[in-house]
Amino acid sequence: QQIQEDLNKQLLDNLVSFLSRSHSDFQEKTTEWTCRMKFREIPTAALVLGVNVTDHDLTFRGLSDVLQDNITPYVALLEAKDCPGVKNLMQKLMGQLMNCDIDVDSLEDEDCVQVSQNRIRCSMPSLISWYESVTKKTDSETPSKKRNSSSRHWQSPPVVVIFKDMESFTTKVLQDFIVISSQHIHELPLVLIFGIATSPMIIHRLLPHSVSSLLCIELFQSLSCKEHLSTIIDKLLLTSRFPFKLGEKVLQVLINIFLYHDFSVQNFIKGFQLCIVEHFYSQPLSVLCCHVVDIKKRVYSLSHDQCENIRRLPSFRRYVEKQESGKQIELLTNDSFLKEEAEKLLEDLHVYHENYVSILRCLHVFTSSLPKYPLGKQIRELHCACLENRVWETEEYESSLQLARMLNKTDLVTMLQQCVEILMSSSGKEFDKTVGKLKEFLTQFQNLEAEASQERDVSVSSQKELQKKTDLYHLQKTLLELKESRRSKKLTKFEMLRFEVVDYIDSLVRRYLVPADDRTLHEILYFNAATVLRGHLNAAPRTALHTALNNPHWYLKNQALKCDGGGISNKAPDICIVYKLHLECGRLINLVDWLEAFSTVVMAAEEPNADAASSDQVDDIIHARFIRAVSELELLGFIKPSKQKTDHVARLTWGGC
Amino acid sequence: MPNLEHPAYPAADLLHLESLVPCRESQVSTLLSIFGERQQFSFPSIFIYGHTSSGKTYVMQTLLTTLQLPHVFVNCVEYFTSRLLLEEILIQLQSCSSGTEHTSPVHCDTLNDFVRLFKQAVASQELQDQTLYIVLDRAEQLREMEANILPAFLRLQELTDRNVTVVLLSEIVWELFRPNTGCFEPFTMYFPDYSIGHLQKILSQNHPPEYSADFYAAYINILLGVFYMVCRDLKELQHLAALNFAKYCEPVVRGEANERDTRKLWKNIEPHLKKAMQTVYLREISSSQWERLQHDGGEPGQLKGLSAHTHVELPYYSKFLLIAAYLASYNPVRTDKRFFLKHHGKIRKTNFMKKHEKTSNHLLGPKPFPLDRLLAILYSIVDNRVAPTANIFSQITSLVTLQLLSMVGQNDQLDGPRYKCTVSLDFIRAIAR
Repeated sequence: QQIQEDLNKQLLDNLVSFLSRSHSDFQEKTTEWTCRMKFREIPTAALVLGVNVTDHDLTFRGLSDVLQDNITPYVALLEAKDCPGVKNLMQKLMGQLMNCDIDVDSLEDEDCVQVSQNRIRCSMPSLISWYESVTKKTDSETPSKKRNSSSRHWQSPPVVVIFKDMESFTTKVLQDFIVISSQHIHELPLVLIFGIATSPMIIHRLLPHSVSSLLCIELFQSLSCKEHLSTIIDKLLLTSRFPFKLGEKVLQVLINIFLYHDFSVQNFIKGFQLCIVEHFYSQPLSVLCCHVVDIKKRVYSLSHDQCENIRRLPSFRRYVEKQESGKQIELLTNDSFLKEEAEKLLEDLHVYHENYVSILRCLHVFTSSLPKYPLGKQIRELHCACLENRVWETEEYESSLQLARMLNKTDLVTMLQQCVEILMSSSGKEFDKTVGKLKEFLTQFQNLEAEASQERDVSVSSQKELQKKTDLYHLQKTLLELKESRRSKKLTKFEMLRFEVVDYIDSLVRRYLVPADDRTLHEILYFNAATVLRGHLNAAPRTALHTALNNPHWYLKNQALKCDGGGISNKAPDICIVYKLHLECGRLINLVDWLEAFSTVVMAAEEPNADAASSDQVDDIIHARFIRAVSELELLGFIKPSKQKTDHVARLTWGGC
Repeated sequence: MPNLEHPAYPAADLLHLESLVPCRESQVSTLLSIFGERQQFSFPSIFIYGHTSSGKTYVMQTLLTTLQLPHVFVNCVEYFTSRLLLEEILIQLQSCSSGTEHTSPVHCDTLNDFVRLFKQAVASQELQDQTLYIVLDRAEQLREMEANILPAFLRLQELTDRNVTVVLLSEIVWELFRPNTGCFEPFTMYFPDYSIGHLQKILSQNHPPEYSADFYAAYINILLGVFYMVCRDLKELQHLAALNFAKYCEPVVRGEANERDTRKLWKNIEPHLKKAMQTVYLREISSSQWERLQHDGGEPGQLKGLSAHTHVELPYYSKFLLIAAYLASYNPVRTDKRFFLKHHGKIRKTNFMKKHEKTSNHLLGPKPFPLDRLLAILYSIVDNRVAPTANIFSQITSLVTLQLLSMVGQNDQLDGPRYKCTVSLDFIRAIAR
């Protein structure tokens, strides 16, 4: 659990640093703007953020924090839902500005309280007078103790107003606000920031020309969320820092949700956190999922039951079967021996991760530049492929190797250099040899260049020879020779080396990119319950309702309700019967017919040979039960009363036509 | 040129006024004759209208300040509720002639209070012998306040029994103001648009001191030649003139041409101005970016304007949802079966029909469609099976908040929400790629 908290913190840190990086250039711009307000334009930043609205909250919070730290204490965040009219907007704005003022210098507490008690007149002049008083005060106090705060901000810090979701604001509110503020731009240095989710065209659509000409808009594009995701994956999954890993299927589910549904990094992280919780909750051996340094301690504190759990793991069983018989018995009976063995295995696993990541990056360098991307463009696709099964057995891998054998030299050299860099930066100890080998390749390539020039000389000389000999037979012979030699020569020099390189990479892949499923004790570190996750994240309300009503046994766990096929059991709850009956009807349902059908179903079991008298006159109790069930359906939104025909209800569910 | 003449005001002031308001002499003289002398009662309300930036506000403001008439100037957009408006008038009234700057905050909720307080304010400040002018800029906003505000302002003189004149400034004609209960008819006055000659005269008036007036006038002449076709807004033209003047002066500064060499200067500036027309005028790029560009001398091609970023990244299913919504909005229901079922006959005929219908449907605009139809089309255009999960439904609502779809008919949210697709064909084409 502690690890999990660490992780969350790490995540947020990552995000914030990421955001601040993307906005660093933006701040520089704001400083510039304040100097240039000669025209009646309001400096405005249009921030195009992409459609992942759920992430924006964090972005804006980070942005306003950064702004408050570096540029101005006066930042107000406005949301469309708070501002249905200009009045509300002004109120909200003033409230936020005055509150953040309190944060900055607590001296003005009494002042602000007074103002709020007076039920402030929410208008621009009062805002301006407030602003003047605040700036004057900070000015007068600069010599004494406000030194540090005012050195960070300037003499007249701009007031930044952030509109979080530009699309949802009503046109009139925005227009009015802009017109008002443009009249006071000289007294109140105002900077607007629009958060835009779709495209900047929306500004033109929302604001007429007379208003948009009051703005001085600059556009800033934030990184696309796909790139955002890949950095997150890079930092979280493809490092050896965090012991917790995602299985292939789970990762696939998370990425699919991201790409297909919402583009929300926030949701991706939430899903990841859910995986962590689920893993620690469901896997009893997850205690061992910790950093390398802690493994020893934790392994030795294992109880007998937990050792039994280890023995029960399928991957461990496979491992045991491979050992010789004496060791097998030891492993299965002796707890302390098992612990030692487990510790060794876990450490192996960690080393494997370190190697895995760096080799994966190397392979990615190779595959990402191939035409058509047989193994995927992004490293996450490669990662998934490697996790799924032995990557070298797939067709895509074959084709990519084929393509790699056709690379030209400059590309190959740069790739090798990149690989060397990656391997050097990784912490694994085993890579010294690999790096040496790769460097050897590089030098060989350099040698080749020198040789190439010689080669050209040779071919030129042979051509001269060819010109000398006029004899037809000789000519033919030499031509053949030339061809032969050319082919063999190419093969011997550059191509041979190229093959060697590719083969070497191939061997590296075979050694290090073994899928995690083949490793012993992988269950401890990998979370692989994709179906559980899908059930949690991909809610399907319609399907759930349908199952509940169509097949009550599923949820109620009552054996009596289990029914076979299409028949309608009378033991089911009334609402289920009514629901099933209504599935058979068309768009409009006749209530009388429905009641009739209902009563037959209910009566069928109670008195198999129902007497004619009772079937004529429907029982009052059944009538009441029917009415209750129907009103329950109406409450659920499946039917509604219709005005087209009397005694009919309209069906609203799927497929009614 | 008719000189402004009025017995009540000193001639020097009038001359000064005339130099400040070029091309508006006739309007000013009319106004002055209505105003009469300081102590005379004037017309109770005056309504001035004219197209945007025809100098209404400017003329009123300069007139009242140069002649030092007591006045209150209020913008109705800024004071968006009647309470704010009335209080603002009273506050300005207090500070406008009385020496004491800070007075106690005024509370004025209703018009009745306003009249009472107004009487007090006027009485206390010895304004009885002068006409007080209340100018309400952007008076069209008054129509959206309480019903009694506008009629009351129109006959404020009568209500307060003081020497006061209300001047309403607006961009729309009086006929659109007239409340249906009837009211006092103000004196209406029209400010016509500036002609090209007027624009030339006004723009040339504020030339920078380093250059001669003739030089600047020549520049303005070129500028108007380019921009007059698309823009007659004085403010906008002023803005453009200020932006591009540095570029115009460049050859003179470098010494390549002297100030009279108009032809050479024109050659230099003309392509530049055309570029400016495409970008700055539409606010594709901001003026500061434009100036930086001028410094660097680079091409504006590098700087993408606002409309260049039209591409929108959407999640996979959102794209399909949007396409389905578009299809549902623009295709009639009866063609659904033909387009989306696997087995349909008469292909040739449908093709012909489709073309015919499409043009008309695009002219008619999007039609609303129920949620079920949207989902049915979605299922048929997506290759693999889609589960109707909560994610799909939440995507529909998020598309609505992004204003790509819009909800029609707010009353029955639960039973059958209906949507409309609000994006254009080009947008859909870009997405469908």
